[in-house]
Amino acid sequence: MTGSMIKSQNLPYCKGCGHDLIAKSTTGALEKLGYNPLDVIAVTDIGCHGIIDKCLNTHTVHGLHGRSVALGAGISFGTADDNQKIVVFVGDGGTTIGLQHIMEAARLNLNVTVVVHNNMLYGMTGGQSSGLTPRGFCTTTSFKGNPFTGYDICKLAHTAGARYVSRVMGVGDITDAMMKAFDQKGFSLVEVMEICPSYGVKLNPRRKLKEIVKESGRELGEWTNDLPAFTDRQGDKTANLLEKTPVIEKRFNHQLQKPLSLVISGSAGEGVQLAANIFSKAAISAGLHATQKGSYPVTVGVGFSTAEINVSPEEVLFHGISVPDMALITSADGLQHNRQRIEKMQGGKLFIDSSLTPPETGAEIIRRDFRSVGARNAAIHSILYLCRETGILEESSVYQIIEQEGKADKMPLDKIRKAMEA
Amino acid sequence: MHEKNSNDQVLIDGSRLIIESLARAGADAFIGYPITPANLLYLYGSQRMDMMLPAPDEITTVQWMAGLSATGKLPVTATSFPGFALMSESVNMAHMMELPMVIVLVQRLGPATGTATCGAQGDMLLLNGVLSGGHPIPVLGTSSFEDCWTLSARALEIAVTQRTPVILLTSKEEVMTQKSFDIGSLGTISKVDRKWYDKDCCDYKPYKPTGLVPEFLPVTQTTHQVRLTASTHDQDGILQHSSPEALANTRRLEEKIRASMKEKYLFYQLDHQEGAEKLVTAYGISAAAAREAVRKLRRDGQKVSLFIPGTLLPLPPVYLEILSGYKKVVIAEENMNNQLGSLLYGQQMPENIHFVGSLGKMISPEEIQKEVMS
Repeated sequence: MTGSMIKSQNLPYCKGCGHDLIAKSTTGALEKLGYNPLDVIAVTDIGCHGIIDKCLNTHTVHGLHGRSVALGAGISFGTADDNQKIVVFVGDGGTTIGLQHIMEAARLNLNVTVVVHNNMLYGMTGGQSSGLTPRGFCTTTSFKGNPFTGYDICKLAHTAGARYVSRVMGVGDITDAMMKAFDQKGFSLVEVMEICPSYGVKLNPRRKLKEIVKESGRELGEWTNDLPAFTDRQGDKTANLLEKTPVIEKRFNHQLQKPLSLVISGSAGEGVQLAANIFSKAAISAGLHATQKGSYPVTVGVGFSTAEINVSPEEVLFHGISVPDMALITSADGLQHNRQRIEKMQGGKLFIDSSLTPPETGAEIIRRDFRSVGARNAAIHSILYLCRETGILEESSVYQIIEQEGKADKMPLDKIRKAMEA
Repeated sequence: MHEKNSNDQVLIDGSRLIIESLARAGADAFIGYPITPANLLYLYGSQRMDMMLPAPDEITTVQWMAGLSATGKLPVTATSFPGFALMSESVNMAHMMELPMVIVLVQRLGPATGTATCGAQGDMLLLNGVLSGGHPIPVLGTSSFEDCWTLSARALEIAVTQRTPVILLTSKEEVMTQKSFDIGSLGTISKVDRKWYDKDCCDYKPYKPTGLVPEFLPVTQTTHQVRLTASTHDQDGILQHSSPEALANTRRLEEKIRASMKEKYLFYQLDHQEGAEKLVTAYGISAAAAREAVRKLRRDGQKVSLFIPGTLLPLPPVYLEILSGYKKVVIAEENMNNQLGSLLYGQQMPENIHFVGSLGKMISPEEIQKEVMS
């Protein structure tokens, strides 16, 4: 599709509004650069600038207030064709609410051009101050002048890493300035300074746009970063997630007649979850069903680490454990986290490190120096000892999984075997 | 769904099955923002999807997804309530623009930040009202590993065929707990057949429906003009205040979801026991307790049926018919207020509807058994 980007030169803006100039300069610049209308994806959002869609012959995407930059960013991720141009319109209000989106697009140097229509207030909703309203500029919510300094979006975008940023006055012919922004590889942003004829002019009589911009400290000019434009750099991908969970063949026997719930608990970094995982897989290799659930504080490197395991000759439908049939406690953290439910045990077995004082419990207490093989190996030691004491699983099934998982070199297995015989 | 009599046992979590299923169905981008307890989905999504992008927040997440979707990609994300709350306006946008995507919502204990590492089932009512106007958004709920496999792919299929965001509702315990599972029993998942508008003539209207759903074209093609908008619009995608054509378009958005979800995408399991007058109803993590409770009750000689809805929203009318066939119905749901029951019956809960709820812990099979026998 070739032809004009714009349906009509008669645009639906208030007389004297800079948005009219921006729309015509934008489409004129794109035409001069050789783009056809459907080479262009125009992304707009809420604000007077956003009513331009119906006047454009380009693709148009009209989103939420202040989100046009993020929406345009999403389109850029899916646009492999360098011949297409993504042009994002946003107002100063949209810039305020969507500042993060602009920073992110600039930081990633996405292939989009953002045109900020900065008329220094919210024109569509009644002339309220925005985050870009200059100090001293009068709006319907600050009749005596805005008491706050407005964001300098150009400085922010430049600092965030934008390839090209410019600020221009929205008067005269700004086509060349627009062309320069559109002709970049990477993120570009043009801030066009305007004054809203319906609110800005009336509330700031006798003040000229040029004077307001100058007094606000906003310099006109261009700022560049010599940084690479975004390219999709995806690392190696897994073709099938299921291949990362190898099938566990049944090679061993078990002595379990009914479902067993088990809690293993110790301190963070002491291999509790790994030991639980090895035990669960060993149970599967013995033809049992198993579930494994971990719990630990949000600061995962400190405090308790608890694993809840169910093993059963039949499918485990419900994996929650209130009071376990057996508990393995290898440290004070683990004991503290499970004290209450150990106290509620009416039977079963409590395997507990000999350094700890067992709580009152109805479980048979088995004390053992699990930590003698080192704190990091106490949990796997306790698992192996449980197998020996109860006969539920063959110890060899646990060693087999340790081998399969590539953990044999990382565990002092000889030391553990010796400790088991002690 | 069983392809063979296999025994390919692995120790696996639901997150892995969900992401693999979505990828095989055609999802090709994962947009992530970390949040507990959805982080495994983020991890697997980054490993498996062709494209993974880390968003700086959850508003950006869905905006990026919508942009990708407009180019023809099929994006996925995973989050929990705090993230979903931020997403809600953008989900409305994607629904209005008719852009397919899947959001896996992993429920945790609220309100607000609540307890990130504690599961819950508290978001059904939120989802029922997440679209302004009360329009329905498709929600499927997983209640087993089999569901993680089959319903995830179905969620993507709904997103594509109905051109809408779809929520896959799950919870912490479902996606983080590892269980032994026979992966050889998993059925084949085919890539969702996606048809785009393919006529060369110049009358493409982005919101002119064929049936109830318009044909899709990405903004990356240069043959037809595409207009997408979150504002009330006509078939051309031009903003309208309230013209008859535009309001008809908004009505169509509601109709397409209701029509497709009550039959074509109606998923549930009814394990009816001959002669049973009692029914246990549960979905999600509570379905696990319900299954165990029913197994034990039946072993004790009790006659009891089990109903597990998979299509959660819009709530299919047939569910009321199913529940009306029993003298006593026990609904188990991990919250304080029986959200499923209130969606079914409103403020007038029938006396034969009993509720087992819980806050901060999973409902146990024993609690359900007790209520069934009370």
